[in-house]
Amino acid sequence: MIKRSFFKSRYLPYLLIFPQILVTLTFFYWPAIQGILQSFMLSDPFGRKSTFVWFYNYIELFTDPLYLKSILITFVFSLATAAVSISLGLFIASMANRALKAKALVRTMLIWPYAVAPAISGIMWLFLLHPSYGVVALAIKKWMGIDWNPVLYGSDAMIMIVMASAWKEVSYNFVFFMAGMQAVPKSLIEAAAIDGAGPLRRFWTITFPLLSPTFFFLTVMNIIYSFFETFGIIHTVTQGGPGGSTNILVYKVYQDGFVGLNLGSSAAQSVVLMSLIIIITVLQFKFVEKKVQYSG
Amino acid sequence: MKLSRFCLLFITAVCLALPASAFAKPVTINWWHAMRSARGEVAAKMIADFNASQSDYKVVGTFKGNYDETMNAGVAAFRAKKQPHILQVFEVGTQTMMLSGAVYPVFELMKDAGIEVDWSRYLQAVLSYYMNADGNLMSMPFNSSTPIMYYNVDMFKKAGIAPLSKTEPVTWDELGEITKKLVDAKIAPAGMVTAWQSWTQIENYSAIHNIAFASKANGYKGLDCKLEINNPTVAKHIERLKSWADDKRFMYGGQKYQGPKSEFIAQNAAIYIDSISGIAKLKKAVKDFKWDAAPLPIEAGTKPQNSIIGGASLWVLNGHTKEEYKGAAAFLKFLSSNQMQEYWHKETGYFPITIDAYEDLKSKGYYTANPLQEVGITQLNRAIPTEISRGLRLGYFVQIRNIINEELEMVWNGKKAPQKALDDAVARSNTQLATFAKTYK
Repeated sequence: MIKRSFFKSRYLPYLLIFPQILVTLTFFYWPAIQGILQSFMLSDPFGRKSTFVWFYNYIELFTDPLYLKSILITFVFSLATAAVSISLGLFIASMANRALKAKALVRTMLIWPYAVAPAISGIMWLFLLHPSYGVVALAIKKWMGIDWNPVLYGSDAMIMIVMASAWKEVSYNFVFFMAGMQAVPKSLIEAAAIDGAGPLRRFWTITFPLLSPTFFFLTVMNIIYSFFETFGIIHTVTQGGPGGSTNILVYKVYQDGFVGLNLGSSAAQSVVLMSLIIIITVLQFKFVEKKVQYSG
Repeated sequence: MKLSRFCLLFITAVCLALPASAFAKPVTINWWHAMRSARGEVAAKMIADFNASQSDYKVVGTFKGNYDETMNAGVAAFRAKKQPHILQVFEVGTQTMMLSGAVYPVFELMKDAGIEVDWSRYLQAVLSYYMNADGNLMSMPFNSSTPIMYYNVDMFKKAGIAPLSKTEPVTWDELGEITKKLVDAKIAPAGMVTAWQSWTQIENYSAIHNIAFASKANGYKGLDCKLEINNPTVAKHIERLKSWADDKRFMYGGQKYQGPKSEFIAQNAAIYIDSISGIAKLKKAVKDFKWDAAPLPIEAGTKPQNSIIGGASLWVLNGHTKEEYKGAAAFLKFLSSNQMQEYWHKETGYFPITIDAYEDLKSKGYYTANPLQEVGITQLNRAIPTEISRGLRLGYFVQIRNIINEELEMVWNGKKAPQKALDDAVARSNTQLATFAKTYK
């Protein structure tokens, strides 16, 4: 039987959730509404002059081929980041789960990168991969003969930021997969082993399906992460270049709004970004979640 | 009881009646700037000197982050009515500041404060960047620099190339031959590299050759201006650089200065174009080869104009008292004194903004001892600025520079032909300019 609490007063529950509502209203709804209003206006940064221009900012955005390209880049970037970090996280978790010695130590060491701030992660990767002073970059140029130059070639730059972003997220994914694997009943795996299933087979037919809720959760989290929190990495590593090839949406919002002081366009971009993320999340819950098995 | 209350009342009355000056603290003048580390220390020293030189005003300098962060802090503070008296804004923010209605123009400030300034004794190429259409100074130039060309003397020697003149620029054709020699003889892996490509290769290239960057006198004469950098001369220049990039005479090292500078220091490139503020950086970093500097190259058969500046200026913001403005004016006056300008120039490498300071340094033999420091000044002063070479006055200039950077990068990595890239840069920038004009209509 489910335990339920009842309140005697009808108003007490409202009173209790009031602080939370207040916080949400002031820190989410109010700025969001301000943003939406701003996106219909052209205003000078000092706030002395504002003109209502209907959908001017949106029309400008969607007639700019580079904005559409920026949307595409964002999807490529976030899918690549999510794919790399989830598969690596899963791989490392399944390996670490089998480790016999120093399990706790291995686990702790693997979680560390998550504590690194995105900007720091970006700088570290830049020191490794910058074509002029990156240690690894100089090595691959010299010994492997690859013309590695993320300052000039967009695809190299994209690889670099995907690596820097995914590296940090691997730890996060690792923790969740690790926890998920611990919850897989030992008896199932043992039974399968007795029936003659090899480790790979056991993984794909037992562990993996049972991990699907975790997998789903991590996909959502990773995509949101790569949409928003990778800002620090882009800012330190490529600043959106070369030729705008790593200019993801959230970075463009910053460049146009914060650096360029075009508040109207920047607000319109934020609204687009917000709608995109809402749509993606709803779609994920609607379609992907149906295939998720929540119980064995 | 009654007596004590009377006493209190009496004391209060006396306090109020006393002229404020009797125990007046000095009036505080807030200055928000973007001067970090070494430059920050120099600025702090200048503030301390001002505060020590008189007792009426006290300037408080606050470091607010890099240029965009400082400007944003100023904008946010103005909206919250907590703005500082003086705000340092980078050169690309000039148009936004001028139109903001939030500034007290420096020429008026000085006039109202009764301080006489002979503006003709200032470096005109510096002042003209911050003047309005009527030729009145809107903000006080503070840190100004211009690009020059650094080169690796050892590599030049090895290739048998004579050292370059510090006053007479080489032509681009000559530079092409020089870089060809260096690369063909395998003395340098690449010929030249440039920092801040939009500023050095398009903005300054246009100014030096007196080619309009934008219509309406580069935007000085109206908001409805359009970019004109897709003209044949600039297109040819970019084409040349692209062909150099293909045979290693030019290499692309990134939008800012860090990448290009490290290529020069690592001797991957023999020639490096960057701001005069590079002098101090190279002095510190280069240990294993000799280098020197020369003015930027020009096209054969042209008489070069002045180059244009980069850097930042000091804006006085509205909304303060008369007394405080007097202090701000006194401080700005103090900053442009010979002593301060010479100190600033020697320590940071930025230009002294007055001719007096420059001549004083010259007479003291400073430039004979430090010939590098004069290369930029000579280049800046070699001609009287024309309507086109005096500077750029564009809205959303940050975005425009970004666009130019993006398009140029597509030229370097072979995704676009030079003319096409410049056409696209113009078209994209013009939508930005149109939006900007619409905002202020």
